[in-house]
Amino acid sequence: MNHDPFHWGRPSTKTYGEYNYLISNASNVDRSVKSNSEFPKMHTQQPMITGTSVIAIKYKDGIIMAADHMGSYGSLMKLEDLKRIIQVGDDAVVGISGDISDFQYLERLLDDLQIEDAYDMDQEHLKANHLSEYLTRVMYNRRTKMNPLWNAIIVAGFDDKDEPYLKHIDLLGVSYTSPTLATGFGNHLAIPLLRKKVETEDDVKKLSKEDAIQTIKDCMKVLFYRDARSWNKYSLCVIEKSTKSISLEHEVQVENMKWDFAQHITGYGVPQL
Amino acid sequence: MFRNNYDNDATTFSPTGRIFQIEYAVEAIKQGSAAVGLVSKNHVVLAALKRNAEELGSYQKKIIRVDNHMGVALAGLAPDARILSNYLRQQAMSSQMVFNRPLNIQKAVNSIADKAQTNTQSAGGRPYGVGLLIAGFDESGPHLFEFLPSGSALEYVATAIGARSQAAKTFFERKFEEFPDASKEQLIEYALTALRDTLAQDKELTSANTTVAVVGKDDAFTVYDDEEVEQWLSLLDTLSNNRSTGADNDDEDDDEDDEQNDQPTEASESTSAAMEVDA
Repeated sequence: MNHDPFHWGRPSTKTYGEYNYLISNASNVDRSVKSNSEFPKMHTQQPMITGTSVIAIKYKDGIIMAADHMGSYGSLMKLEDLKRIIQVGDDAVVGISGDISDFQYLERLLDDLQIEDAYDMDQEHLKANHLSEYLTRVMYNRRTKMNPLWNAIIVAGFDDKDEPYLKHIDLLGVSYTSPTLATGFGNHLAIPLLRKKVETEDDVKKLSKEDAIQTIKDCMKVLFYRDARSWNKYSLCVIEKSTKSISLEHEVQVENMKWDFAQHITGYGVPQL
Repeated sequence: MFRNNYDNDATTFSPTGRIFQIEYAVEAIKQGSAAVGLVSKNHVVLAALKRNAEELGSYQKKIIRVDNHMGVALAGLAPDARILSNYLRQQAMSSQMVFNRPLNIQKAVNSIADKAQTNTQSAGGRPYGVGLLIAGFDESGPHLFEFLPSGSALEYVATAIGARSQAAKTFFERKFEEFPDASKEQLIEYALTALRDTLAQDKELTSANTTVAVVGKDDAFTVYDDEEVEQWLSLLDTLSNNRSTGADNDDEDDDEDDEQNDQPTEASESTSAAMEVDA
């Protein structure tokens, strides 16, 4: 096997002839345009700096959620102290993966929303279900303009009946709920592990807080092992109904890792023995 | 004739610190027929007296539903009320659409109060010529607000606006301690009794001229008109005003008030009297 990634996936020259590099270098930008004013408006075609998975699980007394601290620029680790779970008001947290500039835009939007909502009001009343509806509308509105915010969002918190509330919203403005939720790679790597603990709403009642936290920690470990755009420091959020509290802890470390298998790995860029 | 130099627009103070255009706008409310409202622990009731321009004409709508959880009763210029209630409907729909939650009553009232206040700071326009009673039920319970063209919006346990509304207020002031624990039916009876007190001589409440609305914890905002209002009218022993037959006809507010009375001093007296009630 040729381990040079530059040659991966190319049709073999023997069979198909020399590769035409005009194809990979093709641009959707009209190069004949010279001045900025003539340049057509271009929307986001792909995310730039990205955050990877956010994962969440319901347990009998609330919700546990986690997301790591990394911002990747392609395969480059651009940021390592990025906190992607933010608290919005007293009753909700929002975990955001995907494009980081769009994440920062959403962060500002939610800040403004809190100010607007608290304006000349006696008490705050922006609950998690109101927030998820708002974000769904924002995401759908932007996709309708053919200029989506390139994120997947998990909203967790308390709804207007003070019950635990969990929702996933994607860049198309589609939202859904489930006792276990994940974005990005977490959908492939964490969801199967989370569902081993909680398959249906009935299982939620059987899962203790300690068990739920441990499950999320294990998932963050597996994600760090196998998702090459993940990091070993993460934010951990614990939502508890009995105390009506939301605690958000940052800089949590992935623990009890085993890397001794690594020395036996060959190939994948490591010189063949 | 007396000529006032300080009432050409809503932006000029008189030397005594008053803005006459706003006071005249508040006067316009008194030209309209009465609307009353009161609150219990679980319900808000509005009741209003409808007028028809001609014997064969239809009655002017007095209560407008805004959303499932709120509505308004009006006194004064009905077209202005339409503008305001349509605005409230938009706000209510937008709240449902964007946040999936019913519009907060205090927020709704503040939003139209801000609109009214804007009109008191610009020349070339006029203040709204309508007063509203806003009834609603939200996450913090039942609420009754009074909206005035001055931009003031105050919450009440019971109040009334429109022609001879002082009679209804007097009734409320006598009975208000019984309102919190009153049932929905009792509350409607109080509202209709208060409304009856505002009737002119030889007029009476009929199913044609009375309109009632209720909103509460488990009751969506419902307006009762025509044959539907008969069930509530039957709660009253008599449908005509006691005073029209009897003694206490010396009530100051009773003399077909304010119709031609745009003398500023008089006007301010009646407004400040109304203000004292909520203090």
